[in-house]
Amino acid sequence: MLIFEKSREGRGCSILPPCDVEVYEAAPEFSRQKPLHLPQMAEVDIERHYTQLAAKAHGVNDGFYPLGSCTMKYNPRVNEQTASMSKFTHVHPLQPLDTLQGSLQVLQETEKALNAITGMSRFTFQPAAGAHGEFTGLLLIKAYHLANGDTQRTKIIVPDSAHGTNPASAVMAGMSVINTASDERGCVDVEKLRQICEGEEGKEIAGLMLTNPNTAGLFDPNILEITEIIHGCGGQVYYDGANLNAIMGVARPGDMGFDCVHLNLHKTFSTPHGGGGPGAGPVGCKEHLAKFLPGLVTEEKDGKLVFVKPEQSLGEMKNFYGNFLVVVKALTYIKMLGAEGIAAASENAVLNANYMMAKLRDKYDIAFDTKICMHEFVMDLSRLLKETGVSAMDIAKGLLDHGIHPPTMYFPLTVHEALMVEPTETESRETLDEAIQVLEGLYDLAFSDPEALHDAPHTTPVSRLDEVGAARHPVLRYAFE
Amino acid sequence: MEFRTDLMYTKTHEWIKDEGDFVTIGISDYAQDALGDLVFVNLPQEGDEVVMEEVFADVESVKAVSDIYSPVTGVVCEVNEELLDAPELINESAFDAWFIKVNEITDRADFMTAEEYEAFVAEEE
Amino acid sequence: MGTFVPNTKAQQQEMLREIGLGSSDELFADVPDQVRLKNGLDLPEGMSEMEVLRSMAEIAAKNRVFRSVFRGAGAYRHYVPATVNAVMSNETLQTAYTPYQAEISQGVLQSIFEYQTMICELTGMDVSNASVYDGGTAAAEAVALCRERKRNKALVSACVQPGVLDVIRTYCFGNNMELEVIPARDGVTDAQALQGMLDDTVACVLIQQPNYYGRLEDAQAIGEMAHAAKAKYIMSVNPISLGVLKTPAEYGADVAVGDGQPLGLPMAFGGPYLGFMASTDAMKRKLPGRIVGQTTDTKGRTGYVLTLQAREQHIRREKASSNICSNQALCALAVGVYLSTLGPEGLREAAVQCTSKAHYMAGELAKAGLTVEEGEFFHEFVTKADVPAARILDALQEKGILGGLPLDGDEGSRILWCCTEMNTKKDIDEVVAVIKEVLAC
Repeated sequence: MLIFEKSREGRGCSILPPCDVEVYEAAPEFSRQKPLHLPQMAEVDIERHYTQLAAKAHGVNDGFYPLGSCTMKYNPRVNEQTASMSKFTHVHPLQPLDTLQGSLQVLQETEKALNAITGMSRFTFQPAAGAHGEFTGLLLIKAYHLANGDTQRTKIIVPDSAHGTNPASAVMAGMSVINTASDERGCVDVEKLRQICEGEEGKEIAGLMLTNPNTAGLFDPNILEITEIIHGCGGQVYYDGANLNAIMGVARPGDMGFDCVHLNLHKTFSTPHGGGGPGAGPVGCKEHLAKFLPGLVTEEKDGKLVFVKPEQSLGEMKNFYGNFLVVVKALTYIKMLGAEGIAAASENAVLNANYMMAKLRDKYDIAFDTKICMHEFVMDLSRLLKETGVSAMDIAKGLLDHGIHPPTMYFPLTVHEALMVEPTETESRETLDEAIQVLEGLYDLAFSDPEALHDAPHTTPVSRLDEVGAARHPVLRYAFE
Repeated sequence: MEFRTDLMYTKTHEWIKDEGDFVTIGISDYAQDALGDLVFVNLPQEGDEVVMEEVFADVESVKAVSDIYSPVTGVVCEVNEELLDAPELINESAFDAWFIKVNEITDRADFMTAEEYEAFVAEEE
Repeated sequence: MGTFVPNTKAQQQEMLREIGLGSSDELFADVPDQVRLKNGLDLPEGMSEMEVLRSMAEIAAKNRVFRSVFRGAGAYRHYVPATVNAVMSNETLQTAYTPYQAEISQGVLQSIFEYQTMICELTGMDVSNASVYDGGTAAAEAVALCRERKRNKALVSACVQPGVLDVIRTYCFGNNMELEVIPARDGVTDAQALQGMLDDTVACVLIQQPNYYGRLEDAQAIGEMAHAAKAKYIMSVNPISLGVLKTPAEYGADVAVGDGQPLGLPMAFGGPYLGFMASTDAMKRKLPGRIVGQTTDTKGRTGYVLTLQAREQHIRREKASSNICSNQALCALAVGVYLSTLGPEGLREAAVQCTSKAHYMAGELAKAGLTVEEGEFFHEFVTKADVPAARILDALQEKGILGGLPLDGDEGSRILWCCTEMNTKKDIDEVVAVIKEVLAC
């Protein structure tokens, strides 16, 4: 039941004291005439309402969440505790800087750590999410080319296996997209890339956007050659940090030849997703791009931390300095793990993925015939669909009845019946074994009783929903009488 | 699958009906079937110019967007606004659910007859 | 070192053996030797939870929290009811991802549907999205969505919060839209100048109400001018003010945006906040971001799904008008709890107290000898003085009070003040007394 349906005229909570100054009424021409419908609730009903909503949701704390490409690792409670320290939550963003030295230190320390992990020189924390980070990174590249007088560099190369945000971000940055096909392993086709960059179009290339490990969960072994080809034609190489969780402490984007990166603090650095946000998508870059960074960067001056505007800053991506409390959580996590712990996190993320892949291989087909994957792997259910009529969607919905959040479905687009599994390092072998068993059971069920899977889930608060009806005749708000 | 014989067809699965002063354009029954349940149509406005073999509209299903190409160059003289509120009409009857009418035609693509189109579709499958 | 890896070393070895590998090094066989990190990460050693808490508390201690705050300018100190933090710390809602699997995400989806409804009620608009990053990006996205083939220019008032204007400028640098700033005149948007700037290339006109200086714009007239030129009208609004002030819908806005921070989120050094975005029904398919819709399941039960997804980047890819693929869901949840806790009367009361206290303070400051800039305002206003702003603000800071924002640097004298329901008459009188002292010597 919606909160509006629970509302009763005259109910409410006692929140504000009476006004202690003379009441001022705005002139009628500025005053609201439209009635305002908001819930009228007793506090107990509010709390129960949201407790009921939480019971109809699934978080990392409710169970295994192997959602590929999303790195749904456990979110340590200590993060929440540091982020709710009143000295962080109760400061105004425009206070004098000598009263904000703690906040600036958080940004400075986190920047240092991210530089060490990625091999970059400077970071901005303004971007609020991964997609926002991509957009920022591309604007950095745009600003760089414009400063060099290269106004014709407006084309960005994006592999066909890339996340949909890559091309959309490119368009927001005023660039056009050149899609390149992947090779049979799902990696960049180096020869095709060379053809583009060494041909006539080379002069128009702004850069390349790449995820490594890629969306198939594979580390591109030709990475040095790839970044060299792009630099050879005058382009810049952008690292989509979506999959950084595989390689921390093992390899750094900076050493692979990338010029700038965005990271998802809400994935790799264990800050919670909050049902879709807030996240944080800080962008790092090498020295030659640093003067174009948006917002303000921290510097030390006379023993104090100050904010400095980069000399040719491309502007502002967001009000103030980014999703600061998310940065606090990430720093807490980095401090706790330290150099060895961060490397161990990646190692175990990769181990867990390979363990699951090896066990599931008996029944499910693994896309690209991968022998060793990084932190995630893709199962291709095309054969299962052909033999039983059970699709990747059906298996995913079947998992819901077992309290397991399904893997990412139908991504990457280059695999038809894809289920992309990312267990993360924070799951125990027992959890993995249980999930493997459930997945094997569903595979068998596809042959013995496919109907049961077509109708799944059976135990959730609602069954499959009519998405066509929702889109054809959208009901996007509650209608008051 | 219906292939109405009083219409002409394109390789990009639009149908065209020549009505003398203007042509009427829609998508074929084969196209609507392949696209699945349509949930929205983006249409041009009256007075817009459309160009042969260029996109003039798109149709949305829940998980996809597909471009619709104009078979002629000309000016849109009428738009079927009913489709905006009821895209399901296209799934119900692709031939009655026309998209636009175009006049002042200056160029047109090579069209197929129903028979040729049916053969073309069979080959594509 | 600290760790959140449950598998023991022994288990890790067993697992490696079972998949036929000799060492964990073999997991990274695909990583070329030239890019392998040889000496580990250049980071400090890890810590225990107790040490980390202590370390973070030491850093936090270097911040100063003012007991009394009269600064707004885009981030506002309002009372946050206890219900808000209680709900926001719910583990499930906090640790869930975007509700892709609707069957197990009804809680998140329904809370967004309720949020959308509340934003529609607040702004008077027909349709709201599930929220975007903040007020600045909401304004920038709104400008981008108004762009049409033959209309590539945005006119934005100089009286918009400078940070918001900067974000719009950056987005326009990206997508190559033209941006012209409508000048200010006497603290409000210069309508006469706007008239001269409107032509058939203008996609939209954007103003802020109340504007950056706290002033109320003649939003009706500006909207009519925009529409007469067939441009879209975007209003950026303060959500608390809508408890008493005319809604964007009543002013004829096509798109309403703003920062939702005042509705239950702490100032937190600038974020996370959320941007709200609502439009007329006619523009709903151009809205960026997530939108939740109501539907039914196979058994006829009511349920909620992400809908109108064909607008979005994962389907439209390079044809999408925005790349946004998340919302500030947890912040939107806070807004929902906040508005449910205050209710219609509570929100109205909060707005009345904001504006009443600001007017009381402005009156007292005028009596004390500051010049208050004239014109109708909501809860922020500008003063001038014969002394530099820094002298006044430093004196206040010594007493633990964060005064208004200096508008012209330390040497200038203009100060932008803000009052909310949090500022008591006693607090205000204290500020006035300090200022009297400063002016006296």
